[in-house]
Amino acid sequence: MTQYYLSHLEELEAEAIFVIREVVSQFEKPALLFSGGKDSIVLAHLSRKAFYPSRIPFPLIHIDTGHNFPETIAFRDELVKELGVQLIVGSVQKSIDDGKVREETGANASRNALQTVTLLDTLEEYKIDAAMGGARRDEEKARAKERFFSHRDEFGQWDPKNQRPELWNLFNGKKHMGEHFRVFPISNWTEMDVWQYIQSQDIALPSLYFSHQRDCVVRDGVILAKSDFVQLKPNEEIKNLTVRYRTCGDMPITGAVESEADDLDKIIAEVATTRTTERGTRADDKRGETAMEDRKKSGYF
Amino acid sequence: MSIQETNQLLRFTTAGSVDDGKSTLIGRLLYDSKSIFEDQIEAVKTSSEKKGFDYVDLSLLTDGLKSEREQGITIDVAYRYFATPKRKFIIADTPGHIQYTRNMVTGASTANLAIILIDARKGLLEQTFRHSFIASLLKIPHVIVCVNKMDLVDYDEEVYQKIIKSYKDFASKMEIKDIHFVPISALNGDNVVDRSTNMKWYEGPTLLYLLENVHIASDFNHIDCRFPVQMVIRPHTHEHQDFRGYAGRIEGGIFKPGDEVKVLPTGFTSKIKSIELDGKPIEEAFSPMSVTMTLEDELDISRGDMLVRPNNMPSVSQDINVMICWMSTKPLAGRTKLLLKHTTQECQVMVKEILYRVNVNTLHREEGVEQIGMNDIARISIRSSKPLFFDSYRKNRQTGSIILIDPNTNETVAAGMVI
Ligand SMILES: Nc1nc2c(ncn2[C@@H]2O[C@H](COP(=O)(O)OP(=O)(O)O)[C@@H](O)[C@H]2O)c(=O)[nH]1
Repeated sequence: MTQYYLSHLEELEAEAIFVIREVVSQFEKPALLFSGGKDSIVLAHLSRKAFYPSRIPFPLIHIDTGHNFPETIAFRDELVKELGVQLIVGSVQKSIDDGKVREETGANASRNALQTVTLLDTLEEYKIDAAMGGARRDEEKARAKERFFSHRDEFGQWDPKNQRPELWNLFNGKKHMGEHFRVFPISNWTEMDVWQYIQSQDIALPSLYFSHQRDCVVRDGVILAKSDFVQLKPNEEIKNLTVRYRTCGDMPITGAVESEADDLDKIIAEVATTRTTERGTRADDKRGETAMEDRKKSGYF
Repeated sequence: MSIQETNQLLRFTTAGSVDDGKSTLIGRLLYDSKSIFEDQIEAVKTSSEKKGFDYVDLSLLTDGLKSEREQGITIDVAYRYFATPKRKFIIADTPGHIQYTRNMVTGASTANLAIILIDARKGLLEQTFRHSFIASLLKIPHVIVCVNKMDLVDYDEEVYQKIIKSYKDFASKMEIKDIHFVPISALNGDNVVDRSTNMKWYEGPTLLYLLENVHIASDFNHIDCRFPVQMVIRPHTHEHQDFRGYAGRIEGGIFKPGDEVKVLPTGFTSKIKSIELDGKPIEEAFSPMSVTMTLEDELDISRGDMLVRPNNMPSVSQDINVMICWMSTKPLAGRTKLLLKHTTQECQVMVKEILYRVNVNTLHREEGVEQIGMNDIARISIRSSKPLFFDSYRKNRQTGSIILIDPNTNETVAAGMVI
């Protein structure tokens, strides 16, 4: 007899597609926040599936910090072409040039905090009322309580105490003028689920995710890629290491891991035995135990 | 690896009153199943030391947001994830305190299973009653009652037997299909993941074994065909000139190409031409699959419509009776206008009458109440501005559930189960 049940990946996929379709049905001007990382790549893939044979009915938004890995940008442009979808780029450099934000200085300078302003400005400029992102609840403590439909006030802020209860699969996207939503269709996926899904669907990823040789500097236990954006401190030296990335953020703050995993099988085996969270490789989260939560309240996620 | 070739997903919720050991138990499950990362463990070890504990306080693993940490309470539902080689688990962690009913209802709405914790020293409390009632109200198919802190009662079998006997007595008044009992110590790990050597008298399975093996394949309704249309897909491209697909999720029954279907509310019938996703054909579609369907005939169908089998219809009515959990600080009085969401439908409703409130501690019906407040469970009657296509919640948790929204604040103010 046929067994009528789904595997966990099938169920997670069905849930994500349901949420993406719900966003298009409930909002006027949705968009997908595309970071270039594997989670947003999976989101783009799920979006294609959700509307096939139609094209994805919303633009991809990329907030370009100017500190991106070149591989990320190349991959982004290729994907946009393949999907035939509109790309909107919000430039942090432009926010700096316009005097909206001030660049951080010093060896640990990062444009991560500045992104928030550019992102909110971009959402406003294009009147985006629902911005989908690839964030997952397993990533970090502050995310464990995030909703699928996360309500933001007119300043783009998140009030953790004032979130709507989410029941069954009945998502409430009602809002007042000027407010918007962040939506996280893969909330319930873990890092392992994402990797297994990428493998099962044969989804292409930027080369950064696979083991390669790279000149790096090790700072406070974080392996940073050598680039124009990372200034060496006096006692630091460049080392050539065999590394790969678990997330794809900005060059100056995204840490690599030493790894020989050069294909998906090896990466999945590695993920299964890894003992630190993905965010453990991000220098910006080390600024304080609640760093993520603070950025979230101000509208970054 | 293919997408099918993996494990099932089990969603469960935890309930217990404050200090029964919920956080410790979840921490223990995450820790013993090796789902905790080193940096998380390090953070917890440091905090435990700071607080002067001589053990690692696993409950800190599931600690919440900063503002809540400062207040020393947890005010919401948090989701946790872990996996064993057999299954993937999603925990809706709903800690116990004043707003508990609302939170537990939220966590329970998507759960296949509830763990109800009882402190072995205290036995059944008023809260135990309330938690079990909510589990039965939300029709969580499986319940595991864990008698925790067995280490504090010398792992005494008699204490355990007494508690489960009185639990069975009161549970007989409720509708809980499948109940299991396990004596545990969340702190020491007895019978959580590993079998306890301190309770040789207990011959049943460990908690994790139950979580991994409870039969969940039939938790969805596979009998009554229900397909609420989420959106219409019309590519208007040269290649797919006439394509008109109905996108949505199967909320009941099994659909196959060739099946005759009836469209609600229009009543037109047609045949399923294809069921697909991403252009790939699907032979049989069942809950909770997201698919795209095409029909043989060109019909006027839009979001909110429902495809069913002509010989198996849901109820179609503008008057419905629901049990609700009120979730807003602003009370509900009779004759209030609200918005309703049900499957992919949305419409205005008028709350006609509050029939009675249920005392969640005694299950008594309190009639003649004027208004209902936050965390109250009540039966109300409502009239909708257009016909709804629904089943009783008992029959189908998806087509039998609604939420109510305050049109002024846009807040979700109630969860409802159709009777
Ligand atoms: N002796 C003992 N103490 C426990 C056990 N489980 C939890 N505790 C303790 O009970 C207290 C409350 O536990 P916690 O998990 O925070 O309870 P919660 O409020 O239900 O989340 C903590 O001090 C725990 O260490 C157990 O099995 N045995």
